[in-house]
Amino acid sequence: MTDLTDLGVAAIRDGVAKGDFSATEVASAFNAAVAEAQDALNAFIVTTPEKALAAAAAVDADRAAGKPLGKMAGVPIGMKDLFATQDVQTTAASKILEGFKPKYESTVSARLWQAGAGMLGKLNLDQFAMGSSNETSAFGNVISPWRRPNDTAPLAPGGSSGGSSAAVAARIAPAATGTDTGGSIRQPAAFTGISGIKPTYGRCSRWGIVAFASSLDQAGPMARDVRDCAIMLEAMAGFDPKDSTSLDMPVPDWEAALNDDLRGKKVGIPREYRLDGMDPDVAASWEQGIAWLKDAGAEIVEVSLPHTKYALPTYYIIAPAEASSNLARYDGVRYGLRDLPDGAGLQDMYAATRAAGFGAEVKRRILIGTYVLSAGFYDAYYTQAQKVRTLISHDFTNAFTQCDVILAPTAPSAAFALGEKSADPLEMYLNDVFSVPASLAGLPAMSVPGGVDRNGLPLGLQVIGRAFDEQGVLNAGLAIEKRAAFSARPAKWW
Amino acid sequence: MSDYRIHGATGEWEVVIGLEVHAQVTSNAKLFSGAATAFGAEPNAQVSLVDAAMPGMLPVPNMECIRQAVRTGLAINAQINKWSRFDRKNYFYADLPQGYQISQLYHPIVGEGEIEIQLDDKDPESTKTIGIERIHVEQDAGKLMHDQHPTMSYVDLNRSGVALMEIVSRPDMRSPAEAGAYLSKLRTILRYVGSCDGNMDQGSMRADVNVSVRRPGEPFGTRTETKNVNSVRFVMAVVEQEAKRQVAVIEDGGTVVQETRLYDPDRNETRSMRSKEDAHDYRYFPDPDLLPLELTDDFVAECKASLPELPDAKRHRYETALGLSAYDAGQLTLEVETYQQFEEMLESVARESGAPERDVAKRVANWILSERPGVLRAAGVAVTDPRNTVAANTALIVAVSKGVISGGKAKEIFQQYLTSDIDLAETIASNQQTTDTGAIEAAVDAILAANADKVEQYKGGKEALFGFFVGQTMKAMQGKGNPQLVNQVLKDKLG
Amino acid sequence: MSVDTATVAKIASLARIKVSEAELEAMVPELNGILAWVEQLGEVNVDGIEPMTAVIPNKQRLRDDVVNADPLTGGDIRDKVLANAPAAEHGFFGVPKVIE
Ligand SMILES: [Mg+2]
Ligand SMILES: [Zn+2]
Repeated sequence: MTDLTDLGVAAIRDGVAKGDFSATEVASAFNAAVAEAQDALNAFIVTTPEKALAAAAAVDADRAAGKPLGKMAGVPIGMKDLFATQDVQTTAASKILEGFKPKYESTVSARLWQAGAGMLGKLNLDQFAMGSSNETSAFGNVISPWRRPNDTAPLAPGGSSGGSSAAVAARIAPAATGTDTGGSIRQPAAFTGISGIKPTYGRCSRWGIVAFASSLDQAGPMARDVRDCAIMLEAMAGFDPKDSTSLDMPVPDWEAALNDDLRGKKVGIPREYRLDGMDPDVAASWEQGIAWLKDAGAEIVEVSLPHTKYALPTYYIIAPAEASSNLARYDGVRYGLRDLPDGAGLQDMYAATRAAGFGAEVKRRILIGTYVLSAGFYDAYYTQAQKVRTLISHDFTNAFTQCDVILAPTAPSAAFALGEKSADPLEMYLNDVFSVPASLAGLPAMSVPGGVDRNGLPLGLQVIGRAFDEQGVLNAGLAIEKRAAFSARPAKWW
Repeated sequence: MSDYRIHGATGEWEVVIGLEVHAQVTSNAKLFSGAATAFGAEPNAQVSLVDAAMPGMLPVPNMECIRQAVRTGLAINAQINKWSRFDRKNYFYADLPQGYQISQLYHPIVGEGEIEIQLDDKDPESTKTIGIERIHVEQDAGKLMHDQHPTMSYVDLNRSGVALMEIVSRPDMRSPAEAGAYLSKLRTILRYVGSCDGNMDQGSMRADVNVSVRRPGEPFGTRTETKNVNSVRFVMAVVEQEAKRQVAVIEDGGTVVQETRLYDPDRNETRSMRSKEDAHDYRYFPDPDLLPLELTDDFVAECKASLPELPDAKRHRYETALGLSAYDAGQLTLEVETYQQFEEMLESVARESGAPERDVAKRVANWILSERPGVLRAAGVAVTDPRNTVAANTALIVAVSKGVISGGKAKEIFQQYLTSDIDLAETIASNQQTTDTGAIEAAVDAILAANADKVEQYKGGKEALFGFFVGQTMKAMQGKGNPQLVNQVLKDKLG
Repeated sequence: MSVDTATVAKIASLARIKVSEAELEAMVPELNGILAWVEQLGEVNVDGIEPMTAVIPNKQRLRDDVVNADPLTGGDIRDKVLANAPAAEHGFFGVPKVIE
């Protein structure tokens, strides 16, 4: 019998449906893998083996009773600890929410359970999803399962969905949820040699996801391959009347329409993404990706996204501004940490609680956000940024008159070592240079493995599509995946 | 033009007033959640996960709240902004779970409008137009209780997220009376529209009173804002006290500080309030959880079609179509309950007596405004008493207008009816006044004979005694003599 | 625009985050680095450009005025609302006494 933990979403779903193995066997195998890796990788903040088993038992019972099975039936997954899960601690990797057990379930996680998935546990992440290396969690760094050759230095799994990427890459979860605000699904997927898609803004409900930056946050799947992403995204997406920005449109059958034949399709290569001093391995991977898509029948066209260089500064005004307000609710009154020094009044309690509860990066972004919204600065920073954001969005609209999807690298480098970039926030922010523009425009974008660098570490290729065209993105991703035949996987050292 | 002046030591000062009124929108559910809005629930019972600002909670606006704001805007002839949006006003306080209030700063749903006030209810010419700058929709905050625990304040979020309209006037008022008249008129309009119940004692309407003083004709002075004043009387008191205080400050060589103040009704004074946000930097920005609110022409048209006849139009119609005095028309249109009773009774009386409404309007108006209130008071009965039916009132009014009973008898019967178990129709019938001229003449003769001295005096020129003879005759006839006939007979007999 | 220690202290106070002197000193150069970097946006010509109001062109949906239509967004759930409170008694949240 194959090692069940080597199987992805489709294989587990189909195997369970056929009776090749039971959902309970699958859950047990992954529960064991999670337990075995937990100390080394620190991918989970809490594990919930009993939840995985209970969901599996329900699927097995349904199958025995001949009932129809859901899209994710029998698949145990990791849930990023940004999704509220009823009666299971939900922290956003912050001390300020330590011990918080919501009395509600996020829409996306509820849909996944409805589809027959089970929960292995709550995955670690950058605190409040702010970070690109998973070094800002209050519950310790996540360690990538990948290592450089002959080097045991811990590498970053990417961020903020670093627990998700590490778990999927280490094969301790067949798939995991992620959220992407400026690249938090795509960059960790790229760093760990897996696939992940951020759908069009509004496809997945934000209800019950701890908010970072409301106009940017989107949930999406992270899994081993494109098909698995398509299956899981179908389960996660859909209109939710509880979210004002939710898209009221049907969820297509993305899996059924997967097709790597790109004849008649045009792939845009954005001129402005060719940065000076680009990592040669990243540049080579990009060239390779172009060749693969040509091979799949696509026509390659050069396009221009003239405001690209302003995307990151725009993002680092808008996201902190929204975050400074979204995080005001963590005040020690209704849930989470309360730090009440002797004799403190209400406002002192707020200041003490927030000082003790938030990590350094979270504080930094709250302060930036507070500053750019404050009297006298609002127009110069925030309004200007929202205008530039309009221009960035227009850039994409124009480009998509000439092409169907855009191909770019996901991140400017392969995974770096922990500690390598954490001293300089700006250097860390530059990680998102290729991923942020699509976030600002709300467009669907995916990272798929696109080879390895000189150290054998994975590199990601990013496909960006038109709004609502997840299918085009998935299909181009599939075309790359088939040709890349990416087979590298981290050696198990834990 | 108001000639209200503060007489300072150095001369006369004019007061300038603007009001920001927070009116609770009448709706079943809150502005952004499905929790109920009813008054007086158990603490934190009417709180949803959204209202408690749990992590990941999101707002979705309640259509009824938007509709009510638009209807209110239309009722004051305001511009309706078909494109509006919600902003966040950021500050930290224990009654504000999100750490921000969702409000509308940059693009309110209702733009400029106006309200006409009347300063003297007997003088239809004493009107003044007060400009409305805007109406925006926003969330109410929760409530803090300070006296239940020695070291803690308690937080109740039942009001958190209830929809408010903030109705902002222009600084167009110049006296306490104008401010009072404006608030009363606004309340009347909101109650007509049905967009706010106007229960000030339950906090459904609160006014922030902006007051400044200046020498007549000079530019505006620095203003203060006295928060959450919850009655017309208090608003007038705030204007008076605050204007006096400011004049005293200036005349003492000081300057008025732009600040937030509180009114203390026990001491009838305003005092400076410790501010909620020391720096007053609310960092407004568009709420990224919400999208622009775009109203269709159809939506606005439906709002318009749903409006009732409004107070000014109604008052005008009462004067022109029903021939009522300006005063009566004003009194009848002040409260929704009053005009509703009037119109119901008018319709009923006209139908029962087979007369056009115009012919019976005055009689119905008198009954409601001057005759019935005294009876209700004497009977110790509320206007809402179940026995105070349109049918009963109509029967009495019709009986009087047909000459079956006298007005005085009607009041007498009505009081009996309200306090005991009499059959109204029977009682009216048994008290039917007599039109038998012979009987009246006999009674008159007896009275004149018994009061020969007074007859002498009357004939000697003391004509005021006529009323005495009428009264004596009616008394002798137990109130059943037809008053016109009694008058006629007396006049004939006294020559 | 660059910030000094006093400005950062004021921002931290607005954001209700207590910071020590040492933290303040460390934050000033960091924030200035970030602010200087984002200020390159100033060079973009935005004449006639509207600030983005909806990421994906869309307009606001409105809910029907029905109480507790969805239990997830309705009331009458006091136990759930208070379940995680650091201090709650008699159905209220408790906070240090506020003097108004
Ligand atoms: Mg105000
Ligand atoms: Zn207000």
